[in-house]
Amino acid sequence: MKLDNDTLQAHIEQKAPQFVKNIELALDGTLTLETDRAQILDCLQFLRDDEGLQFHFLTSLCCVHYPDHAGREFGIVYLLHNWRSQTRLRVKIFFPADDPHVPSATALWPTANWMERQEYDFFGIIFTGHPDLKRILNVDDLDVFPMRKEYRLEDGTRTDKDDRFFGRTGNFDRRFD
Amino acid sequence: MPEGYGGEGFFATSLSQAVGLARANSIWPLPFATSCCGIEFMATMGTNYDLARFGMERLSFSPRQADLLMVMGTIAKKMGPVLKQVYIQMAEPKWVIAVGACASSGGIFDTYSVLQGIDKVIPVDVYVPGCPPRPEQIIDGIMKIQELVKNEPLRRRYSPEYQFLMEKYQID
Amino acid sequence: MVQSYFSQIDSLEGELATLNLGPTHPATHGIFQNVLKMDGERIVSAEPTIGYIHRAFEKLAEHRPYNQVTPITDRLNYCSSPINNIGWHLTVEKLAKIEVPKRAQYMRVIMMELARIADHLICNSVIGVDTGALTGFTYMFQERERIYELYEEVCGARLTTNIGRIGGMERDFSTVFHEKLRDFMKTFPARFEEFNNLLARNRIFMDRTIGVGPISAERAMAYGFTGPNLRAAGVDYDVRVMEPYSSYEDFDFLIPVGKDGDTYDRFVVRQEEIRQSLRIIEQAYSKLPEGPYYTDVPDYFLPPKDEVYTKMEALIYHFKIVMGEIPIPEGEVYQAVEGGNGELGFYLISDGGRQPYRLHFRRPCFIYYQAYPEMIKGSLLSDAILTMSSMNVIAGELDA
Repeated sequence: MKLDNDTLQAHIEQKAPQFVKNIELALDGTLTLETDRAQILDCLQFLRDDEGLQFHFLTSLCCVHYPDHAGREFGIVYLLHNWRSQTRLRVKIFFPADDPHVPSATALWPTANWMERQEYDFFGIIFTGHPDLKRILNVDDLDVFPMRKEYRLEDGTRTDKDDRFFGRTGNFDRRFD
Repeated sequence: MPEGYGGEGFFATSLSQAVGLARANSIWPLPFATSCCGIEFMATMGTNYDLARFGMERLSFSPRQADLLMVMGTIAKKMGPVLKQVYIQMAEPKWVIAVGACASSGGIFDTYSVLQGIDKVIPVDVYVPGCPPRPEQIIDGIMKIQELVKNEPLRRRYSPEYQFLMEKYQID
Repeated sequence: MVQSYFSQIDSLEGELATLNLGPTHPATHGIFQNVLKMDGERIVSAEPTIGYIHRAFEKLAEHRPYNQVTPITDRLNYCSSPINNIGWHLTVEKLAKIEVPKRAQYMRVIMMELARIADHLICNSVIGVDTGALTGFTYMFQERERIYELYEEVCGARLTTNIGRIGGMERDFSTVFHEKLRDFMKTFPARFEEFNNLLARNRIFMDRTIGVGPISAERAMAYGFTGPNLRAAGVDYDVRVMEPYSSYEDFDFLIPVGKDGDTYDRFVVRQEEIRQSLRIIEQAYSKLPEGPYYTDVPDYFLPPKDEVYTKMEALIYHFKIVMGEIPIPEGEVYQAVEGGNGELGFYLISDGGRQPYRLHFRRPCFIYYQAYPEMIKGSLLSDAILTMSSMNVIAGELDA
């Protein structure tokens, strides 16, 4: 039973239009649904439990930082997968940097536990309702959230490498020009 | 004091040569294998590039019974204190070989979370570059360690240079 | 006297011992820590701590041009690096809509299946070592040396291969490679069966591993298991079949599935997958089509060196690719490949710049290691060690 993108889009728009802020097709042919932060748990539960959708597998979740988009600096992307119909779906939410709280999905999928801890460790997103939100990969007493765009990759205090020889002259913008 | 009468003295030179020979050919390594270089070490221990012929048949995972700390792989800043603790727990005489680019200088991981070389926390005797080094290179490093072990005088550990080194790393 | 001694013993009940299965331990193959709370010999709870080899891959990838990200992907699951490399190349090819010729796809399949054999050989020999059987380890590492020789013929490196290019492979298979591969396919099955006979129906091994560290299919799927660990629990999910990439749909192979999800099932599933991988290699090698081994995309594929030194366009493209001046399309892609441990996913967000804007690795080891405390609850300590080694936790992929 193949659930192709048109059927999927029609089904979601018909059955749960309140969750749909924006639906579009990404470059690799996967449908991407954007929804509100307040409704994300209901939306994920609907996508998981509805008879026609059954996105039972949370492949991964990741966070993206857009420092230039005011009011939508952080985004979280949930990658869902339905094995029976071999369909993938991405669900995105965006929220401002001064209020990085997101409801935790660990009640729906136990696999989201460490995934959310990793995003907390890297970006500082606070997942409300998470059983044990603490740092997982970095040292426990690190006081910054290193994956955010304002932090540089290297450790600034290292003395054995001279930045000039690596072409890093102090302009730490992402682009080469 | 004329040459040969102070310090070790000429009575002890043949003894230290014999002891050095015995130590060099029966080193008990502690494989501190962290990442990819650890797999190359396992290949070096295998039958193709046999490490047992150098006397390193018995790997000791307990620091108290090991002579040579082989640090293979990336050491992150989270792992640094653990590495230092393992080094402190080893009994004298002990040597350290840093296998791979990550252990020598941080390797390709010039990031905020990787220790840029283990010589930031413990003194290192031999560095083996490579990512990962071929088993022949690791064996070359081990042979250099054997040279060091063979020529180490018996009283070196009490010399002021060595005490200075331990103080520099804050190891007491 | 005896009475008071017994009352002392009674007051000791109800206390749990804490055992630190520390980051450095001979039996944990990798650097991660588990603090176990034990009631005598039985484990009551476990708290894992990881991150001792966190190398910040995701941040590192944001600072490198696309063709320089390949060496980073090598170090994810370093026992089977070609799979990671080719997965990354497939991701960029999906983004840039590059069509790779059939010959290159078949070559990639051969390298990926060799990598899968190498990964499963390590895992299974190490399960043997943890039960005390060191001979299988020695035998199978010799076979891994033969696989390393095959890698060296293709790309020059043994372990962290950096194999292939975006758009194909970097060079065609040489005549030495053909000889070595034929020799490998002729002699490996017999030696592998020798290793299998040491362990698979061995009374001691079966007693040590049956019923150890079980997980049911529902819990496994809820925890995000994929790969051999999930197939041992009974679910036949394989990315090669679900979303075929790089011409896997042309090959005929089975997916082995277990029943209970315990250590013995994981061992046997991996053994069978090695046989199926050999089958795929034979089919791919016998049907290897003629044709180019790379796509003519000068924007991504480095031109051959003799052209770089003689032709102007080749020199310009070489300069642009190495310095990272290529305009990459904007968009998001997700590409999954079947790694040695499960679904290895690359979620790439590109904004048209020379580096990825965000690259997220969906690492199977990280995701299924969460279930470890649940799997060892109530078991003995030695069973916990066996469960850990049968799950094939590679520290590079766990921490990234």
